[in-house]
Amino acid sequence: MSVQGTALVDYADAVKRYDPVLGIEVHVELGTRTKMFDAAEASFGAEPNSQTTPVSLGLPGALPVVNGKAVEYAIRIGLALNCEIAEYCRFARKNYFYPDVPKNFQTSQYDEPIAYDGWVDVELEDGTVFRVEIERAHMEEDAGKNTHVGGATGRIHGAEYSLVDYNRAGIPLVEIVTRPIEGAGERAPEVARAYVQTLRDIFRALDVSEARMERGNVRADVNVSLRPTPESPLGTRTETKNVNSFRSVERAVRYEISRQAAVLDAGATVVQETRHFHEDTGSTSSGRVKSDAEDYRYFPEPDLVPLTPSREWVEEIRASLPELPAARRRRLQGEWGYADAEMRDVVNAGALDLIEATVAGGASPAAARKWWMGELARYAKQTETALTEVAITPAQIAQLQSLVDSGRINDKLARQVLEGVLAGEGDPEQVVTARGLEIVSDDGALLAAVDEALAAQPDVVEKVRAGNQGPVGAIIGAVMKATKGQADAKRVRELVLERIGS
Amino acid sequence: MTDVTRLSAAELAEALRKRELSSVDATRAHLDRIAAVEESVHAFLHVSGDDALATAQDVDARRAAGEEVHPLAGVPIAVKDVIVTKGMPSTAGSKILEGWIPPYDATLVERIRAAGLPILGKTNMDEFAMGSSTEHSAYGNTHNPWDLDRIPGGSGGGSAAAVAAYEAPLAIGTDTGGSIRQPGAVTGTVGVKPTYGSVSRYGLIALASSLDQAGPVTRTVLDSALLHELIGGHDPRDSTSIADPLPNLVESARRGATGDLSGVRVGVVTELQGEGYQPGVLARFQESLALLEKAGAELVEVSCPHFPYALAAYYLILPAEASSNLAKFDGMRFGLRVEPEDGPVTAERVMAATRGAGFGDEVKRRIILGTYALSAGYYDAYYGSAQKVRTLIQRDFAGAFAQADVLVSPTAPTTAFKLGEKLDDPLAMYLNDVATIPANLAGVPGMSVPNGLSDDGLPVGFQILAPAKADDRLYRVGAALEGALQAQWGGPLLAQAPELV
Repeated sequence: MSVQGTALVDYADAVKRYDPVLGIEVHVELGTRTKMFDAAEASFGAEPNSQTTPVSLGLPGALPVVNGKAVEYAIRIGLALNCEIAEYCRFARKNYFYPDVPKNFQTSQYDEPIAYDGWVDVELEDGTVFRVEIERAHMEEDAGKNTHVGGATGRIHGAEYSLVDYNRAGIPLVEIVTRPIEGAGERAPEVARAYVQTLRDIFRALDVSEARMERGNVRADVNVSLRPTPESPLGTRTETKNVNSFRSVERAVRYEISRQAAVLDAGATVVQETRHFHEDTGSTSSGRVKSDAEDYRYFPEPDLVPLTPSREWVEEIRASLPELPAARRRRLQGEWGYADAEMRDVVNAGALDLIEATVAGGASPAAARKWWMGELARYAKQTETALTEVAITPAQIAQLQSLVDSGRINDKLARQVLEGVLAGEGDPEQVVTARGLEIVSDDGALLAAVDEALAAQPDVVEKVRAGNQGPVGAIIGAVMKATKGQADAKRVRELVLERIGS
Repeated sequence: MTDVTRLSAAELAEALRKRELSSVDATRAHLDRIAAVEESVHAFLHVSGDDALATAQDVDARRAAGEEVHPLAGVPIAVKDVIVTKGMPSTAGSKILEGWIPPYDATLVERIRAAGLPILGKTNMDEFAMGSSTEHSAYGNTHNPWDLDRIPGGSGGGSAAAVAAYEAPLAIGTDTGGSIRQPGAVTGTVGVKPTYGSVSRYGLIALASSLDQAGPVTRTVLDSALLHELIGGHDPRDSTSIADPLPNLVESARRGATGDLSGVRVGVVTELQGEGYQPGVLARFQESLALLEKAGAELVEVSCPHFPYALAAYYLILPAEASSNLAKFDGMRFGLRVEPEDGPVTAERVMAATRGAGFGDEVKRRIILGTYALSAGYYDAYYGSAQKVRTLIQRDFAGAFAQADVLVSPTAPTTAFKLGEKLDDPLAMYLNDVATIPANLAGVPGMSVPNGLSDDGLPVGFQILAPAKADDRLYRVGAALEGALQAQWGGPLLAQAPELV
């Protein structure tokens, strides 16, 4: 295999000597009820080819009609990404033959995108903010899904036959294209990942898509090129297609930087091509060579009329935009009084929503953070589950904290209650009752234990009487032990001192 | 009673309404006529006798029960094979769709069925409506009922011949550059291309999406108005469909039939006469102008200076759109599927083999032309320039309609030529549409009315054009001319056609 293949330069070394430039295309499937140009249902997971009409099958005579909801969603995305919204734009036909494209052209937008010239701020894990410029966001329809049967790898090569499911054909997509992302340097892989993650969070906040990476609702094509210095002209880029997780985005960029550095070190030139990312090895491999630049023969779609979103409508949509993730984080941090580092940890741990809900349930921000970032984060790590999957709700945590705050349990008991909730024994209240974990502050019950402890340690009693309060803790400890930690420690101390003093 | 196949649709409808005749009898009479003349005319690709009779029976039953039915209920109709019909073959004249049975009806077919018109069958056409003679059908020629050795025009030669040969009183055609009007002219029938967007294209197998328009093919102007009103009007499934209601077409036709055209300014287009037009065609045109003047119309000479470029622009825009519209015929989902004779059976190779075997030469010629015109580096010079010419032609129309209510010209430069005569000369064939193409490029409506026989004894047509959404003007002027001409002839022109049996 040639130098284009698998030779790699150590990453740290590569980014010392080369300046990486990225370009990222993110496709998001919109969560509309019906398809982009068609009344067929657009839901996920139905029987193959059951969600089709003459339009989405591309039958002779069928005609497209634009889904107004999809246009609204596209405008929402454009506005959230600080884009201009076109006053007039058309759909275009992108012509190419492939069985998963029923008409053998994809209805897309070419040089007249619905949204253009925007930007989005991306926050890296250490809090650094990196601005990514958006060139355009345009609407298009998804293709069907091919399944290659009989081959070893599920790929088309070596397959006996292929099946096509057109349920996905015609699902509305918005494709968001960045301008060249420059200046990320060694952090390029991290920026790429954070960018895609930021978009995913925005899609969810806007409620335009379920944005589930594992279902392919969000897919990224990652372009990477290297140049000797930031002043040099852009190098030849490769495009790694359909990278379907945040981690893969990061790995794919990292791998391409190492690979292209090796190509350039060897004095060769990077081939402009499409590449595939392999989850198992974290590597990319050559796909289609793009040097004979495919000619899609774009032309305005004559079956559709131009879109002319009125300014009133655009402003109406702008006014109805929900709070976006970055603004929400800023607001919550202010309300909760978290330090920057605390807030970052919370965000990185995916605990933001959990804490917000816990606070909404009545807990203090500090207490909510203590539970989710402490006890529960440890538990999640031990049991290898995501924090959001831990079997306890923010409402239960809030209830637990209120039991502590009202003095009915102490911290130590609270941990036992938590254990009970996680074990499926019910709400904190139920666990307290069932396990009998409530603090005992009833004097009658406590006095017996106090007297017993005093009788058992006469030497301590003497010392205290002589004016040395230090050893009183030993008595209190004995009482707490005798009551299995359920005694109200403060009351015990008062009773002990009363008894000794009397 | 007279032969019911000789009745116009309006007359037939009246007889049905009065229950002097049953739809079953009317339908059977047309099916009998089809059986008698098809061997010589070959207007149909598919005859759906049982379906038609079932519809007729149903309409008769509803009428007998006193139910309110559509005025055209029970009047049989033929449909061009480029329109999809549920459960009935729809080949568009191509081998590539042989055996395909559509699972849905075109919107206009839904309307026809809902109104209770028995569908007699599907008519022959040039493959994917590419042609002016119906010789490019993959299923054999249609013959002109006036002279069986001659072409019936195209692409809708089947619909025109079926109506001219009394096989159907009504037919549906489609007109992308003249495919309703030119066959109308050469067969002595009436054909109307409605305003672009006024008849739904949903279910019309697209040739060129921005030009295609379905419309009526009949023997009288009034019949066209009746059918036009039935199939026209807004359809939410066609994004290019006009939301406004149709103008009152039947009323305009009746008004025109009174023979009074006073106050109507008729613009004679300088660029659509003269060189290339047969003397007989021009002579009949002048006579018709005189009749219009006599009816009270004011004749004005108008110039449309960019019309000479229409043909060239059309033959870039049409192939460009067609190359994309016809991409879906690939053997993957419906219709013909051909596997390569040797080598691996990959999707790409099956597509290539299917398209190679399934498309005829004219279709391939235009796909290649269109693919080239849209290619990177050529787009601006070809498709881009053609679109600019299109805009100039639209401006020509706007200027002309500022001076005249309707524009007129001969429909086609010549009468029907002999079968095979122009088959090897595509450019000569394309010239047949020189007068009809501008209307498609501008989206305006046009009508062809038979206006006599040329020196060779073959029919010629008179074209009337109106501004977009003013289709009613076609009917007023067309009906007035028709009335004046028939008064001269002492009956319809078709009465002069030779008997076929």
